Amino acid sequence: MSTVNATLPGVFYRRPSPEQDPFVEEGAVVQQGQTIALIEVMKTFSEIKAEQAGTIGRFLLEEGDEVEAGQGVVEVVSP
Amino acid sequence: MTGPGRVLVANRGEIAVRIIRACHAAGVEAVAVYSDADKNSRWVQLAEHAVHIGASPASKSYLDVDALLEAASSTHADAVHPGYGFLSENSRFARAVQDAGLVLIGPPASAIELMGDKATARATAQAAGVPVVPGSAPVTDLAAAQAAADELGYPVLVKAAAGGGGRGIRPVSSAAELADVLPAAQAEARSAFGDGTSYLERALPRPRHIEVQLLADDHGNVVHLFERDCSVQRRRQKLLEEAPAPGLHEETRQRIGEAAVRLARHVGYRNAGTVEFLVDEDQCFYFMEMNTRIQVEHPVSEAISGVDLVAEQLRIAAGKPISFTQDELVRTGAAIELRINAEDPDNGFAPSPGEVTAFDLPGGPGVRVDTGLARGDRISPFYDSMIAKLICWGADRDQAYSRAEQALREFRIEGVANTIPLHSRLVGNDKLRSGPVHTTWLEEQLE
Repeated sequence: MSTVNATLPGVFYRRPSPEQDPFVEEGAVVQQGQTIALIEVMKTFSEIKAEQAGTIGRFLLEEGDEVEAGQGVVEVVSP
Repeated sequence: MTGPGRVLVANRGEIAVRIIRACHAAGVEAVAVYSDADKNSRWVQLAEHAVHIGASPASKSYLDVDALLEAASSTHADAVHPGYGFLSENSRFARAVQDAGLVLIGPPASAIELMGDKATARATAQAAGVPVVPGSAPVTDLAAAQAAADELGYPVLVKAAAGGGGRGIRPVSSAAELADVLPAAQAEARSAFGDGTSYLERALPRPRHIEVQLLADDHGNVVHLFERDCSVQRRRQKLLEEAPAPGLHEETRQRIGEAAVRLARHVGYRNAGTVEFLVDEDQCFYFMEMNTRIQVEHPVSEAISGVDLVAEQLRIAAGKPISFTQDELVRTGAAIELRINAEDPDNGFAPSPGEVTAFDLPGGPGVRVDTGLARGDRISPFYDSMIAKLICWGADRDQAYSRAEQALREFRIEGVANTIPLHSRLVGNDKLRSGPVHTTWLEEQLE
């Protein structure tokens, strides 16, 4: 199991916008490069992508949480 | 009516500092607000009172209407200044402030509503006899959009009715592209502004962005403080603003000012506001939108008019007349404002939050720096990237630009990447120095 880390400090979001569904749910299978979450930095949004294929484990942050660079965002279980 | 005795400053950063200064100059107390990230900020130190309003993300602090009203209530503030951004153009906030028995230092909620919806604003401008860019009524389906685009002629812009500030705009050059763009534009408008309504406008070739600063009071006085040229933009965000607009015919200058005043009268406007126009190569001007608040670049107009715009806002909110008439207003010299942002111009303008380890400000005749930062402060990732505004005035445009070049050489910021190197190149650029540029000029230079 590996942890995907934030590369920038900012605000963490699991949804593309407040009204939409999350990019991925816990337990979902993701491909390498698939968008998992967003970090808002100074009003610009950066995507957090899966570094490798796997199954989404547990999210370590809630929607709208503050996040530091290097902080773990989500656990991914390798296939 | 006596004026407010204590003003809640419902904002942060340089504009919070600016408003607190104006309050103090008017003998009024200021209440600052701050989020977790802004605890030790300059505006908190400058104000008589300071209230913690929540966590660092703006949605949990500076956009929290209840927290702001509670801060006003607990400190017995009797007026609220919303600054720019955040809740400044939110008519629900304006009403909530009024309903709480407080004075909003800004326009009536009805004027915010009329100008907030861009499609309604266009229709209102037309009704006031102000020219608008040829465009369509709101379109809901592709067939209507394509019919409208055929009539206008490509290229067109797809715009979100609820957009503004340069957001929610997509250029389209063909019918096929329109079919691709329209659904995406509607979905984006729905998620960004809560309203998917879109309309089309003809895309003017190489337009300039010229805007008019207004003040309006309760006594029927509406004055304009000349125009600003804000054509130096990247992704529709302004980087450099100046006044007067270079190369604008005197007749156009006068007519554009009169048009802005006419619109303000038509909507029953009060307090400070700005009407933005696009100006084409034949110097025909077209209404774009009205910003119903003080703007970032207001110091440019202050520099050439000698008027303290925020002081006038306080006067107007107190029910007093504007302190001068249109005829008494004299334009002197030229001024330029540079927005210094924590972005890396050599790396795609990537945001650059972090600690400001050196912060040496320039000075000298005609040089003004507005900032909410001090050395050692952290530029947090939660808010916009502005570090400071550098405003330089000169007896003429060349002197203003030369002073800006000198000031940029003195201005030292370390710890975060910033746009000073870009501004140094800009103010020395022959094309910009010799005359007007259009709104896509900078992007063409950067490519």
